Amino acid sequence: MKDLRWRILVVVAVVAVALLYLLPTLSKELPRWWTNVFPSEKIHLGLDLQGGMHLLLEVQTDKAVENTAERLAQEIKDDFREAQIRFRQVERQGEDQILVTLASGQPWEPVNNLFKEKFPTLDVGTRSSAGDQIQVVLQLKPAQVQHLKKLAVDQGLETIRNRIDQFGVTEPDIMTQGENRLLVQLPGIADTQRAIDLIGKTALLEFKLVDEQHSVDEAVAGKLPPGDKIYHGTKVDPATGKVSRTTYLLKDRTLLTGEYLTNAEVRIDSQYNRPYVALSFNDTGARMFERLTGEHVGERLAIVLDDNVHSAPVIKDRIGGGNAVIEGQFTMDEAKDLAVVLRSGALPAPVKIIEQRTVGPSLGRDSIRKGLISMAVGGLAVVLFMMVYYKASGVIADLALIIDIVLIMAGLAALRATLTLPGVAGIILTIGMAVDANVLIFERIREELRLGKTPRAAVDTGFDRASITILDANVTTIIAAVVLWQFGSGPIRGFATTLMFGILASMFTAIFGTKIVFDYLLQKRRVKTLSI
Amino acid sequence: MELIRPDINIDFVGKRKYAYLLSLTLIILSLIGLVWRGDSLYGIDFVGGTVVQVSFAQPTDAGKIREGLTEIGLERSAIQRFGAEGENNYLIRTDLSGPEHGNLHDRVRESLERVYGKGGVTVERVEMVGPKVGQDLRQNALLAVFYATLFIAVYISGRFELKWLPPAIMIGALILGVYTLRVLGMHIPMLILSALLITTALCWVLKLKYALGAVVATIHDVIITAGAIALTGKEFDLTVVAAILTITGYSLNDTIIVFDRIRENVRKGRRRDFAELVNSSINQTLSRTLLTSGTTLATVLALFFLGGAVIHNFAYTLMVGILVGTYSSALVASPVLVEWETRFGKIQVMPAKKQGNRQGRK
Repeated sequence: MKDLRWRILVVVAVVAVALLYLLPTLSKELPRWWTNVFPSEKIHLGLDLQGGMHLLLEVQTDKAVENTAERLAQEIKDDFREAQIRFRQVERQGEDQILVTLASGQPWEPVNNLFKEKFPTLDVGTRSSAGDQIQVVLQLKPAQVQHLKKLAVDQGLETIRNRIDQFGVTEPDIMTQGENRLLVQLPGIADTQRAIDLIGKTALLEFKLVDEQHSVDEAVAGKLPPGDKIYHGTKVDPATGKVSRTTYLLKDRTLLTGEYLTNAEVRIDSQYNRPYVALSFNDTGARMFERLTGEHVGERLAIVLDDNVHSAPVIKDRIGGGNAVIEGQFTMDEAKDLAVVLRSGALPAPVKIIEQRTVGPSLGRDSIRKGLISMAVGGLAVVLFMMVYYKASGVIADLALIIDIVLIMAGLAALRATLTLPGVAGIILTIGMAVDANVLIFERIREELRLGKTPRAAVDTGFDRASITILDANVTTIIAAVVLWQFGSGPIRGFATTLMFGILASMFTAIFGTKIVFDYLLQKRRVKTLSI
Repeated sequence: MELIRPDINIDFVGKRKYAYLLSLTLIILSLIGLVWRGDSLYGIDFVGGTVVQVSFAQPTDAGKIREGLTEIGLERSAIQRFGAEGENNYLIRTDLSGPEHGNLHDRVRESLERVYGKGGVTVERVEMVGPKVGQDLRQNALLAVFYATLFIAVYISGRFELKWLPPAIMIGALILGVYTLRVLGMHIPMLILSALLITTALCWVLKLKYALGAVVATIHDVIITAGAIALTGKEFDLTVVAAILTITGYSLNDTIIVFDRIRENVRKGRRRDFAELVNSSINQTLSRTLLTSGTTLATVLALFFLGGAVIHNFAYTLMVGILVGTYSSALVASPVLVEWETRFGKIQVMPAKKQGNRQGRK
C-alpha cells in the first residue's frame, strides 16, 4: 500500500512540475513574484509557425585573407618609401601572397631586416633574380590565414548581430554554423528586402581621390593610368525609380576608411528637407581627415561604399573636428539603414546568401490553425475509440493521453525547444502512438483473463509482459528520432524533438501511470471485475 | 468490444508465397517509379532552387501567373496549384538560386501585382536553397537514413539474439562498404539501397535471423513508401525524408511485437513446428498489431486531410509507411524468419535445449 502511495506521489509531482512549465505559455501575463520563482519561458514557435525569415550566409573568408594581403602590400610600399628602399613593384598575388620586385641594384639585406622586424605574419620565400633585380614572394603564414578566416566569421557574426539589434527585431537568433556559415533567424519580419540589404551589405566605406589629370574615357578604353582604378556610381532616384550610372576614375589608394568612425546618424537637410548621414570620426580618423582635406584642397574626394561611388564632392577647405556628411538622394529608410551599417562597422568579408526561407505571418497562422484542427479531430477519434473498445480501461488510457500531451508541451518549454510545423505533426502522430502502449497492455490483460486468471493477476502479468515489448518496440522509433535530431535542421529537429518527448511520455504514463490506477482500483477499492 | 476474435487463425505463413508475389510486384513498380522519375524526384531542398508560394485573392490559372512572371524572366518556372482549390494558392518553382535571386519575395510580388493589381497577390512563402546547401542537405539525409538503419539493425540483433559481436562486425563492414560506394560517386537512393542490401547480406552471413527479418521488412517498407512518392508525382524534401525515417523506426514496432511473441512461444517450447509456431504468434498478436497501427493511422489521416498543404506530403508518406509496415510485419518479416529457420535453423529439432541459450531475461 505504501508503495502505491509513493507512485501516486511521483506522478502527481511530475504532472505538477509539467504544469508549472506550461503555465507561462497558457496564461497571458504572470505576476512578477511568480516569474521570479517559477519558470517563465513560453514555448518558442518556429519561423514556419510565427512567420519570419531564415537566412544561411556564407562568409567569403578568402576575401578577408585577400584584403589583408592587399593591406600588407600597401604597408610594405609605405615602409619601403620611408626606409628609402627602391622597388619596382609590390603586388598581391593570389589569395595570400605578395610579390615584391626590387629596383635594380637595391641590396637585399635592409629589405630582409625590414620584413623580419615589421611583418612577422609573413613568410619570406626564396629569392630569384632577373638580371640585378631581386624578386621575392611573401606568403601569409598558414596559422595566420586560419586566424584571419576565423576572425572574419566571428566579426561578421558580431557585426550582423549589431545591425539586427539596431534594426529592432524581437528575439533574433544568430549563430555560426560549420566553418564559415552564419545562421540568421528573424521572427516576424515583414520587409524582407530591407533586412537582406541590411545584413548582406559589406558596408566598406572608403575615401579616395578622383584622378582629374587623366581622362575617364581613355581609361575605360583601356589606357588605365598606373595607380588608378575605374569605379561606378549607381543612383536610384527615390521619386521616379530611375537608375543613373556615372563612371569615375579614382586613385586606387584608400586615404581613409569607415574603420575610424565613432558615429553615423541621420539628419535632415533643413533647406531641401532631405535626409543625409552625418559621420563622426575618432581622434585618429579626425587627424587623418584633416590632413587629407588640407593637402588636397580643390580636388574631389570620392566617398565609396562597397565599391559604389556615393558622391565625389570638391574639397573646399581643410576640415577639422572629424565630422563629415554623406549626401545623396536617400529615402528616410535608406538613410537610416546606411547609418546603422556604418555605425556597426564593415563586415570583414562579404557574405553570400546561400539559403533563404521566408514564411509570411498569415501562412504561419494558417498552419497553426490547421495543425490544431487535425490534432483535435485525430485526438478525438483516438479517445472515442479507446473508450468504446476498452470501456473504463479506455478512459484510463485517455487520461494518460492527456497527461502525455501536457508532458510533451512542458518538455518543449523546459528545454527551450522550438515548436515547428513538423513538430506539431509530431505531436499529432504521437497521440496515435501513445495509446499503442496501452493497447499492448490491455490486449495482454485480456489474453491473461481468457486464460482464467484473476483480474489482479491478469493486470500484473499484462503490465509485466507488455512492458518489455513496449520498450523494445519504442527503442527503434527513438533511434530514428535521435538520428533525425542529429542530422536534421530547424523544422525537422522540431519534429524529432516532439516525437522523442511523445514516446518517452507515453512510456511513462502507460507503463507507470495507468498501472497505478489499476492497482488502486484492484487493491484499494477491491474491484472484482475489470471493465476492459 | 472485440474486432478480431481471440481464436482467429489465419494461415499467414502458409500463404506467404502470395505475399511474396504481391511484395515483389510492389517493389518492382516502386523501383521503376524511382528510376523513371530520376532527378525530378528531388525537391529544392536537395538540388537547390527556389520555391515561391503565392496566394491570390481571386481564382486564377497557371497561364495567367506565367504571364505575370514574364517581366522578371521567370515565365519558364514550374507553376502548380498548392493545397485545396478554394485557397487559390500556387507554387512557383525555378532552378535559380543564389544571391541575385535571393530576394524573389518582392520581385515576384511586384511583377504579379502588375497583372493582378495591388492586394490581389500575397507572397506566403519563399524558400531559396543554394546548390551547395542542397548538396549538404542531401548528404545529411543520406547519413541519417544510413545511421538509423544501422543502429536499428544493431539493436535488433543485439536484443533478439543476445549477440553483440556480430553487430559490431556489421557496423565496420557497413561503414566500409558505404564509404567505398560514396567515393565511387553513387546516387543517394542507390546508396541507401546498397547500405540496406549490405546489411541484409551481413545479417544472413552472421546468422542474425531476427535482424534479417526486421531488416528485410524495413527495406521492403522504405522502398514501397519511396515508390509511392515517386508514382504519385510527389517530391522528396526534408519532411518526406523525416517521415521515411520515422517509418523505419515505427514500422518495426509491429514486427517487434510479433517477434517478441515468437520468442516467448519458443521459450515455452511446446510446439515442434517452427512455421506453425510463427503463424500462431502472428495470429495471437494480430489484434494488437492492427489496433496500434489503426490508432496511429487515424491521427495521420486527420493530418493528411486537415493539416494543410505544407504538411501534406509528410502525412502522405507516413500514411503509406504505416500501412505497408503493418502488412510487412505479418507477411514479410515473420515469413523471412521461417525461411531462414527451415533452411538453417535448429529450433524445431531441439526446442528444450535451445531454451537455456535463449533465456535472455527472466
